[in-house]
Amino acid sequence: MENKSPELDAVFHALGDPTRRAVVQRLVQGEASVSDLARPFDMGLPAFMKHLGVLQDAGLVVSEKHGRTRTCRIQPETLTAAERWFEEQRAFWQGRYAGLDELLRTLEQGKKDET
Amino acid sequence: MKPDPEFQFIADTTTAKMTIRREFAARRELVWDCHTKPELLERWFAPKPLSTKTKSMEFQEGGHWHYAMVDQDDTHYWGRTDYTSITPKTHYATTDAFSDETGAPNTDMPISDWDVTFSDTSKGTMVETVIQYASPDDLQKVIDMGMKEGLTSTLETLDEVLAELTK
Repeated sequence: MENKSPELDAVFHALGDPTRRAVVQRLVQGEASVSDLARPFDMGLPAFMKHLGVLQDAGLVVSEKHGRTRTCRIQPETLTAAERWFEEQRAFWQGRYAGLDELLRTLEQGKKDET
Repeated sequence: MKPDPEFQFIADTTTAKMTIRREFAARRELVWDCHTKPELLERWFAPKPLSTKTKSMEFQEGGHWHYAMVDQDDTHYWGRTDYTSITPKTHYATTDAFSDETGAPNTDMPISDWDVTFSDTSKGTMVETVIQYASPDDLQKVIDMGMKEGLTSTLETLDEVLAELTK
């Protein structure tokens, strides 16, 4: 797998924002028009278009104009490289902390049993 | 994977920084002990199915923890954590390096600075870990290596999603 550093930086910057992550998650389910994508967010269209621009610059999202509607879809190739590493780290820490939860429960239980 | 609302993982390659926040339903003293006593640290630091093995540990400023994460094939991934600052039950700072069995840091690989902060919450204890690499290039090196070695093995869900996408 190729990892060109500047591109990956752009991808991580793009995914570092909750609005943009939500857009990516929505588009994973299928293409959508800009107005449909913008609807759940409490912001004006210009602000939303800025977010969309960051996703497009990072190569995560492409859009096409059909008549008066602009339709967006995900670029799965770009998502793979960045998301894979990001998800690995997240899963690693989640697993690690699940183990710590278990240990803390055991220690608390041990304390109760003593008294 | 189960939803984990108290868990926050923020990675920023432009600043070469990762921030991990997690709340635990336990007293701060106990959570602190689990981070700073080798016999407890060993029981959770490597996520399942990996395990943790301590070669030596001195939890004091200037001291270090030399450990390995061990996988099911008995491959040892050695690490060395040097404690640079300690405020009991509140905060400690370390430098974290890849190492070998002798505890010598691997100078070809980036070193990261860790700040681990403990605070009380209504539910118990919040732990915030900030991992800072010297530069985005350093972080990139770690990413490249991580992807090659595949130390973690929890990617099935993501792979399934991506397989769906590329159909």
